Amino acid sequence: MSAIGLKLTPFRTRHVLPGFSLSLGFTLFYLTGLVLIPLLALVLRPAGLGLDGFWSAIATPRVLASLRLSFGMALAAAAIDSAFGFIIAWVLVRYRFTGKALLNAVIDLPFALPTAVAGIALSTLYAPNGWIGSLLIAHGIKIAYTPWGVLVAMTFIGLPFTVRTLQPVLSELGLEIEEAAATLGATRLQTIARVVLPMLLPAILTGGAMAFARGAGEYGSIIFIAGNIPAVSEIAPLLIVTKLEQYDYAGASAIGVVMLAASFVMLLALNGLQSWAAKRR
Amino acid sequence: MSIFSRSGSRRRSPSFKKPTDDPLWLKLLLSILAIGFITVLLLLPLALVFQEAFARGISAFWAAIVEPDSLAAVRLSLTAAAIAVPLNTVFGIAAAWSIAKFDFPGKTFLVTLIDLPFSVSPVVSGLIYVLVFGMQGWLGPSLADHNIHILFALPGIVLATIFVTFPFVARELIPLMVDQGRDEEEAAATLGASGLDTFLRVTLPNIKWGLLYAVLLCNARALGEFGAVSVVSGHIRGVTNTMPLHVELLYNNYDYVGAFAVAALLAMLALVTLALKTLLEWRYADELAAAHRH
Repeated sequence: MSAIGLKLTPFRTRHVLPGFSLSLGFTLFYLTGLVLIPLLALVLRPAGLGLDGFWSAIATPRVLASLRLSFGMALAAAAIDSAFGFIIAWVLVRYRFTGKALLNAVIDLPFALPTAVAGIALSTLYAPNGWIGSLLIAHGIKIAYTPWGVLVAMTFIGLPFTVRTLQPVLSELGLEIEEAAATLGATRLQTIARVVLPMLLPAILTGGAMAFARGAGEYGSIIFIAGNIPAVSEIAPLLIVTKLEQYDYAGASAIGVVMLAASFVMLLALNGLQSWAAKRR
Repeated sequence: MSIFSRSGSRRRSPSFKKPTDDPLWLKLLLSILAIGFITVLLLLPLALVFQEAFARGISAFWAAIVEPDSLAAVRLSLTAAAIAVPLNTVFGIAAAWSIAKFDFPGKTFLVTLIDLPFSVSPVVSGLIYVLVFGMQGWLGPSLADHNIHILFALPGIVLATIFVTFPFVARELIPLMVDQGRDEEEAAATLGASGLDTFLRVTLPNIKWGLLYAVLLCNARALGEFGAVSVVSGHIRGVTNTMPLHVELLYNNYDYVGAFAVAALLAMLALVTLALKTLLEWRYADELAAAHRH
């Protein structure tokens, strides 16, 4: 603390407002103690394994299959959420109809509903004797306890990210450009596809990236519906838990480091996307 | 379809069609897709929770709630949230004060670090505390020598809850306080107000609705967190099971009425949170961070 205080003295003298050292000192202390040091414990743990040990912990068929499932399905879910996120945001921003406010409020349900609740509800809904599952099983489609269950849960979890990222951008978009397109003879569909969509691209990608990041790390809503068959419908976070329960700390940390590295990359990508979006405005 | 009217058009002459209006067939198609998707993906699961919870009647629901292990889970969840949420609130205010009211190098990086817990998988969030406090972890053996229990006890659950709800208050207050600038506080300070007075009488009234908004969401996540808490809790029924963990335990024991009863309690909490959040967005839109103004 004193070291920080000393270093920042030249800044403090320029401020009228008090509390700089105290607030920044507490912020750094709290952040370091609760977030950065524990994260360091994870990053340093596989260092004891060496590169070969780390690789052999990751390169097992079961671990690779779980990573492929988590990231692959998260990508698919992000694509579905981006498509429907655009449709929903369009309907909510551009159309007027009764019950719109309620529909708008419901979008945040996956944020507010605890993931375990979502998990047991989706699992029961898509089980072969559930409301939706029984309709699908008649056509030979199984969702619950298959990899498709993972997709359903990730789509559920990711939807608010895409809608909420698009909504403000869409409502700020002036109508002038669309009017110009119409005046120049474009049909309404051409205007949407070739004028509106390109302008929304940064927001669509940002929302999709957020949904992807959330889906890849998601645990609670998936484990109930997935069936958790090793190498088939077992997600990477669940494999971390399984390895921890078997006291395989090294194996759990190795997967954890891969997940964390993916989070970092996504965070950087999101920052890049946002500065790109800011430049295009 | 008379439920549609033109968005933003004040003149309602039926013959006038703006070039930026979608054709009726497109409006119908997109509306059906949007409403259908929301109904199937979001509303059906919610309806199912309540249907299953009350399938055997209200008395069965109530019996499942007042069962001692369920009550213990409710108590534990409330305790963990009651510690984690105020701590993160103080942190969020401190972080927003230093970031919004002062200039210093590395600010953008600090904001990114504060956001970091949101992009980390919940399971990884729990794992990191196991690696610090577990028996094979950094501090585990020495803590065990002094008979201090962090993991599989309340402190571990609180730590995991703090981690997953870490950015809520800070990321709401930072853009809000950056928007509001520092003129008012500087005026108060120049006129001789103490730092605490300046904060309580100038800053706090400006940020109170944003703060409430953030605390509301932080609290909902704290009570509902599953993955991170699951890793550190140890799953001791009636002792270290929070409400979401108790839902899992009941569900895996095929006690569906019990599982959905506790789940319905959590779902009601989620609905109250959503209602209050929507109310704040309507009523105090100008006093929330710009991202929530619709």
